Amino acid sequence: MPKMNMLQAINDALDIAMADNEKVLCFGEDVGIFGGVFRATSNLQQKYGKSRCFNTPLVEQGIIGFANGLAAQGSVPVAEIQFADYIFPAFDQIVNESAKFRYRSGNLFNVGGLTIRAPYGGGIAGGLYHSQSPEAYFAHTPGLKVVVPRNPHQAKGLLLGAINDPNPTLFFEPKRLYRASVGEVPEGDYRLPLGEAEVTKEGKDITLLGWGAQMEVIGQAVEMAEKDGISCEVIDLRTILPWDVEKVAASVLKTGRLVVTHEAPLTGGFAGEIAATIQERCFLYLESPIARVTGLDTPFPLALEKEYLPDHLKVYEAIRTSVEF
Amino acid sequence: MAKTKTSDVVYSPRFTDGAEFKIPTFKLLKQDGTLYKGAKAPDLDRDKALRMYHSMVFTRVLDERMLAAQRQGRLSFYMQCTGEEAAVIGSTAALDDRDMIMAQYREQGALAYRGFTTDEFMNQLFGNEQDYGKGRQMPVHYGSAKLNYMTISSPLATQIPQATGYAYGQKLAGEGLCTITIFGEGAASEGDFHAALNMAAVHRVPVIFLCRNNGYAISTPSVEQFAADGVAPRAFGYKMDVIRVDGNDILAVYEATREARRMAVEDNRPVLIEAMTYRLAAHSSSDDPSGYRSKDEEQKWRDQDPLLRMRAWLEKAGWWNDDEEKQLQESLRKEVLATMKVAQKRPAPPLDSLVTDVYDQVPPALAKQLEAVKSHIRKYPDTYPNSAEQAKGGA
Repeated sequence: MPKMNMLQAINDALDIAMADNEKVLCFGEDVGIFGGVFRATSNLQQKYGKSRCFNTPLVEQGIIGFANGLAAQGSVPVAEIQFADYIFPAFDQIVNESAKFRYRSGNLFNVGGLTIRAPYGGGIAGGLYHSQSPEAYFAHTPGLKVVVPRNPHQAKGLLLGAINDPNPTLFFEPKRLYRASVGEVPEGDYRLPLGEAEVTKEGKDITLLGWGAQMEVIGQAVEMAEKDGISCEVIDLRTILPWDVEKVAASVLKTGRLVVTHEAPLTGGFAGEIAATIQERCFLYLESPIARVTGLDTPFPLALEKEYLPDHLKVYEAIRTSVEF
Repeated sequence: MAKTKTSDVVYSPRFTDGAEFKIPTFKLLKQDGTLYKGAKAPDLDRDKALRMYHSMVFTRVLDERMLAAQRQGRLSFYMQCTGEEAAVIGSTAALDDRDMIMAQYREQGALAYRGFTTDEFMNQLFGNEQDYGKGRQMPVHYGSAKLNYMTISSPLATQIPQATGYAYGQKLAGEGLCTITIFGEGAASEGDFHAALNMAAVHRVPVIFLCRNNGYAISTPSVEQFAADGVAPRAFGYKMDVIRVDGNDILAVYEATREARRMAVEDNRPVLIEAMTYRLAAHSSSDDPSGYRSKDEEQKWRDQDPLLRMRAWLEKAGWWNDDEEKQLQESLRKEVLATMKVAQKRPAPPLDSLVTDVYDQVPPALAKQLEAVKSHIRKYPDTYPNSAEQAKGGA
């Protein structure tokens, strides 16, 4: 199996999707000949032509409005928003249009072919506007799917899953791992299922739950905890909306403890939704309060990024506190 | 290639106010049914002309009856097309029936022209079990896949960049079709309008942008909407062809749209059409225009009623007379009334449609939410008489 970094895996997925179906189009700011500011769309214009892979004017609401129209027409648009921090001009098109297209028309029309890719997350000294994790805003919108991969293998399979899924899907890519995360990636087309969490490590004392770049952080914390003799079960949620309640509940029924971690701020973060649902499902089995290890309720900082981020030590401390409760 | 084109260079500051760009108004038909001097009527045969006129009268009758129904409390809400029928129907008539229409919410005339039946109108208005939209949207949010009429969405201007995208897909498909998007001059202030026109021009998309400049966005007059001479001059900024047309002149609207369609489909040139018209009715059944405009002003526009103008032209052509007019009006009134009574009595959409079509399939967690609602209804059936029967026999 070839080794790839996450950008190469994403580029491979887009290449396969475009080769497989001529209705697949890739576009966004700087996506054309340049291949995107992170180079995720490298060589696609050269390979598939300017009509299928192209630059757009610098207007996010226009990019997604255009993509909605294309998807309604039967094309399969993969629109790139250069940074998740800049998705908000398109919020109306995503929340009021993409998400409601099928429902409001009684299934006469839909934009199921739509995939929106956007790099998200901190750890790259990006400050307020190149670091945010906006998944919770979209998780509050029925009709959307929200997916976050943790490594190159997952990125390729989940992106192909998202492009082929008959629902509009937001695909948030952990940009900190774009080049940092390298791993074996199967050749050819394979699709990982949306809406399914994955147990990446089994354990019996406590469940750790996260997604995207935070899975690496969980891995480091778990290594420390296991040295202390704590057996950790680790789950990658993978799809934030609609999320896999059953798999998470089954794990917590077994371990009796849950730590959820994400980079986004605490208040209104998706960990709150998970905690509420899991306490409802597992109330009598819980040995300790469900813990949330998240960013602070501030805009994303720059000089103090290290202090802000929910790093492995904060997650480790949460594991200890939970087990010793 | 990367440089912005500059034509001349000057060595002292010289500002340009655009005053040299004068946009004329294209007119063919006078109110008395005769053509302006030098004007040539479009090539319309009797059948097509009567189809257009029939749609205008139907739309007028539908609007009168349904506003009355709203006043009687039969209907929650209504919006009339009154005064703008020529702009909407004249443009639609100039298209291929397979071209996509992405409208705002005041364009029921376009749908009537395409052949949406009275029954189909009524089912949507009453949100009953036969409504294609499954009773999910307020009245007048029509849609028809078979008539290529995109389901209406309340947020203003969102359909405009979607039309650019839809038409880009049509261009790639190479079927020789285009998309028209219709919107008001108020909606043209939204960012989506600018995004859409710019992208269409850059990517050479076969799309027609039809602005119904009807003078008002609810109560806000167009002079408080923009300082410029209407919406048309914006096209220059995008390097797009533009035409301004008398929106109450159905022959001029038809001819302008026919040529715009040719440019869009044959040359991949997007076109902006600004149709100058007037919203003779209130914004909606919830609005009262007496608070923001005068009866005199309204009367001036009533004197330019697009229906009367087309009727006069048809009569002069010998294609229409008073008897036919009377008969058509009567039969349409009867049909609308009778169809309304039937549609009003049809049951509401099924309870399960509360959760379908959010996704292609109902996610497990959502199915559980529906079960919880059913269980609640079983406990209080009298409070939910429409669905009590359907909630029976659940898990």
